[in-house]
Amino acid sequence: MSLLRVEGLTVALPSGGDRPHAVEDISFSVEAGEILCVVGESGSGKSITANAVMRLLPKGLPVRAGAISFEGTDLLALAPEAMRRLRGQRMAMIFQEPMTALNPLMRVGDQIAEVLRVHGSGADAARRVPELLAAVNLPDPAAIARSHPFRLSGGQRQRVMIAMALALEPALLIADEPTTALDVTTQMQILRLIREIQSRRGMGVLFITHDFGVVAEIADRVAVMQHGRIVEQGLAAEVLNRPQHPYTRALIAAVPHGAAPDRADITAAPVLELRQVEKTYRRGGLFGARAVVRAVHDADFSLRRGETLGLVGESGSGKSTLARCVVKLVEPERGTIAYHGTDLRPLSRAAWKPYRRRIQMVFQDPYASLNPRRTVGETIAEGPVTHGVPRAKALDRARDLLRLVQLDPGAMDRYPHEFSGGQRQRIGIARALAMEPELLIADEPVSALDVSVQAQVLDLLADIRARLGLTMLFITHDLRVAAQICDRVAVMQRGAIVEQGRTAEVFAAPQHPYTRQLLDSIPGRGWTPPAL
Amino acid sequence: MEASKLPGFLLRRGVKAAIVVLAIVVCNFLLVHAAPGDPASVIAGQSGAADAVFLEQLRRQFGLDQPLHVQLWIYLKSVLSLDLGFSHRQQQPVAALVLERLPATLLLTGAAFAFALAAGVTLGALAAQRVGRWADSVITVIALTFYATPLFWVGLMLVLVFSVWLEWLPSFGMSSVGVEMHGLEVVWDVAQHLLLPALTLGLFYLAVYARLTRATMLEVADQDFVKTARAKGVPEGRILRAHVLRNALLPVITFAGIQAGQLLGGSILVETVFAWPGIGRLAFEALLARDYPVLLGVFFCTSVMVVLFNLLTDLLYAIIDPRVEVAG
Repeated sequence: MSLLRVEGLTVALPSGGDRPHAVEDISFSVEAGEILCVVGESGSGKSITANAVMRLLPKGLPVRAGAISFEGTDLLALAPEAMRRLRGQRMAMIFQEPMTALNPLMRVGDQIAEVLRVHGSGADAARRVPELLAAVNLPDPAAIARSHPFRLSGGQRQRVMIAMALALEPALLIADEPTTALDVTTQMQILRLIREIQSRRGMGVLFITHDFGVVAEIADRVAVMQHGRIVEQGLAAEVLNRPQHPYTRALIAAVPHGAAPDRADITAAPVLELRQVEKTYRRGGLFGARAVVRAVHDADFSLRRGETLGLVGESGSGKSTLARCVVKLVEPERGTIAYHGTDLRPLSRAAWKPYRRRIQMVFQDPYASLNPRRTVGETIAEGPVTHGVPRAKALDRARDLLRLVQLDPGAMDRYPHEFSGGQRQRIGIARALAMEPELLIADEPVSALDVSVQAQVLDLLADIRARLGLTMLFITHDLRVAAQICDRVAVMQRGAIVEQGRTAEVFAAPQHPYTRQLLDSIPGRGWTPPAL
Repeated sequence: MEASKLPGFLLRRGVKAAIVVLAIVVCNFLLVHAAPGDPASVIAGQSGAADAVFLEQLRRQFGLDQPLHVQLWIYLKSVLSLDLGFSHRQQQPVAALVLERLPATLLLTGAAFAFALAAGVTLGALAAQRVGRWADSVITVIALTFYATPLFWVGLMLVLVFSVWLEWLPSFGMSSVGVEMHGLEVVWDVAQHLLLPALTLGLFYLAVYARLTRATMLEVADQDFVKTARAKGVPEGRILRAHVLRNALLPVITFAGIQAGQLLGGSILVETVFAWPGIGRLAFEALLARDYPVLLGVFFCTSVMVVLFNLLTDLLYAIIDPRVEVAG
C-alpha cells in the first residue's frame, strides 16, 4: 500500500479562467521513505495539487473527480474534524514564503507548541520545542523559542517551519517550494536538512518546485506538470537525463547549465569606472540608538565598452545598491563614478539629465515596474518625449522596439496587465532601449520569471547586446544565469566585492572562500543537463 | 518592546508632548481672541450699564487693553505655573471649575469608549466569521445606520423612547435631584443616568470599529500564517481567536487611539443634549458668555488628554506588536 495515492484528481477553476480545470486527471503516489518532486512552471497546477492533498483548497477550487487515499483512508470522504486531526499529526506542510508563513505576533516557541497542544500532546511542549529547534540545527534553541519571527532570518524561519511540521513526526511532509525564497547557500542547507530528516525518519515527501537543479539535488522520483496535467513521471535519473516528453525536454534545455563558455578578453576603453564608492545607511538620531549598515564599500570595478559584467551575490550583499548608485537612485557619500572619465557623483539633477538617456535600467519585478494606467506605447515613448523627441517619432520607434524584443507591435495600445511576466519584462527592456542607451543596467531581470521564459529573455538580451553593441551591468543572485551571459563576474558579500575576474576562470578556479561556497551551493551542480 | 527601553521612551515622548501642548495653548489663545466680541462687552451688556467709560474700566481690569502679544505672554507664564486663571463670571479659579467637571466627562467618554470598542470588535468579528451570510448583512446594515445617523438625533430618539414613552431611564443630569442615597444606590442611580448618553456617544464609534474589524479580519484571514495554522490542524475557533483576531486588532487599536481624543470633543454635543455636567457643557456655556479663561482652560485640559491618549496608544501598540520599536 502506498503512503499517498492520488488517482484521477480533477480540480475545477472558477469559470472565466484560461482553462476549465486547475489540475486534470492526475495520478501519482508517494511511498514511505521517498521524495517525489512535482516540477512545473507557474500556473501548471503543482501547488493546487499539494493543497488538494491537505484539503486546503479555497472554496473557489472544488475537487470534481478522483480519489486521494492516505494510509488507506479516503481523504476526500473524511469529515472536516477528522481531516483536521490528520493535519499536523500524520501529514504536515511547509510553504514557500518563510517571511509571511509565521504569525508575526506569536513567539516562535509558542507556534511550535501550538501543534503539540491542538493534537493533545501539549504537556510535552516545554521539553519538545527546544529539541525540535535543535533537530533543525538552529543555534541556541531556548533563545530562538522566545523570539518573535521578525527577529529571525528567512532561513531560520524556514527551519522553524520545518521544526513545526516535524513536531508530531508525520508520515507525509508536503513542501511547497520551500527554498524558492531563500538565498542559494541557505537553500542548500535547507535541502540537505530535509533530505537528512527524511531519510532518518523514513518520511514520504511530496516536494513542489520549479527548479530542475533542486530536483537533481533531492528527488527520488519526478512528476512533470504542464497546464494542469502530469506529462511525464519516473525515476529522477531517468527523467533528468533521458527526458521523453517534448515539454520536459524543452524545460531541461532551458535550464542554465552553469558552465561558462570561454570568451575572448575585451580590451576596449572603459565606459564606467567605480572607485572607492561608499554608501552607508544610518538609522536613529539625536535620541535613539544608532544603527549603521555599510551597504557598499570596497567595490571598485570597471566596465569596458561592449562588455557584460555580472554582479553576483546573495540578498543584502549590496549589489542592487551599488547598481543604483550608478544611476543616482541612491546617492553614495564617497568615491568616484566615472562615466567616460566624467565623475557623475557630484552632478546636480539638471547636470545629470544628459546622462540619463545613455544609462538605462531594467528592473526585477515585471509587475511593479510598469505603470498600470499607461499603455505600453506611451510607456516606451515617454522617456524619449521628455528628452525632446517629437511624439509621433517616439511612437514609431516604440513600434520598432516592440518588434526588436519579439512582441507584436499591436501591443502598443494595450495595458501592462494584459501581458504575462515574460512579455512585461520584454516591454521593460524595450522601454530602456528607447533611450538608445550605451550602458544598460539590468537588476535581476530574469529572477521573477519561469525557467523557459527566463531562457528566452536571456537570449533576447544576448542578441540585443550583440546587435546594438551595448555595455551591460547584470545583477543576479543566480550563478547559473551569470555564467551564461556575463564576460566577467564580480562576487559581492556584505557590501564588498570579494572576487572578480573572467567568468570561466572564476567558475573553474574560485579564489575566495565565499565564491567557493556559492558555487558549491548551486543546486544540482552534480548534474549536467543532457544536450538536447 | 523590551522593558529596559521604557523610561527613555517616556522621557523622549514627554518632551515632545510638552512642546505639542505648548503649541496648542498658543493656537487656542490666538483663535479665541480672533473671535468677535470680548468678555467686557458681554458683562457690560448684562449689567445694563454699557457706557464707554465702564467698558474701558472693565477692559483695564481684565487686562484686555494690553496688546495681544503681552496678553499671550502673561497667559503663557501663568499656564506654565499651572495657573489657568480666574473666571470673573463664575467667581472661581478656572482650574477648580475644570477639575470639578472633568470626572463626569471622563466617566461618560470612558463608558462610551469601552462600550463602542467591546461591542464594535465583537460585532465585526461575528460579521467576518459569517461573511456573506445573513448575520453579516444584518450587522453591516446596523453599523452603516449608526454610522450615518447624526449623534444628537440618536440622543433625542433614545430619550423619546426610553424616557418619555417607556419611562425606564432618566433623560437628563447625572444623578437624581432631591433624593437621599447611600453607597450602591448612588452607583445604580448614576449608571441609570449614564446609559443613554454613553450609548448615544458610543454608537457612532461602535459602527466604525465594527466595520474596521470586519475588514481587517477578512484581510488577515487570507494571509499565509493563517494557512499555516490550518495546515497544523488548529481548530477553526482557535485560528480565529489566536491568529486572525489578534492581528486584525492592530489597526483597530491605532484607530481607537485617535478616537479616544475625538470622543472628548464629541461629548460637547451629547453633554448639552443630556444636560450632563461635564467639561463639554462648561465649554459651551463659557463660549456663550465669552468667558475666555474658562474656555482656554477647557481647551488646555482636553489637549493634554488627547496627547496622553496618543502616548498610551503608542505604548500599547509597542506591547502588543513586538515588531514595533518604540522610537522617539
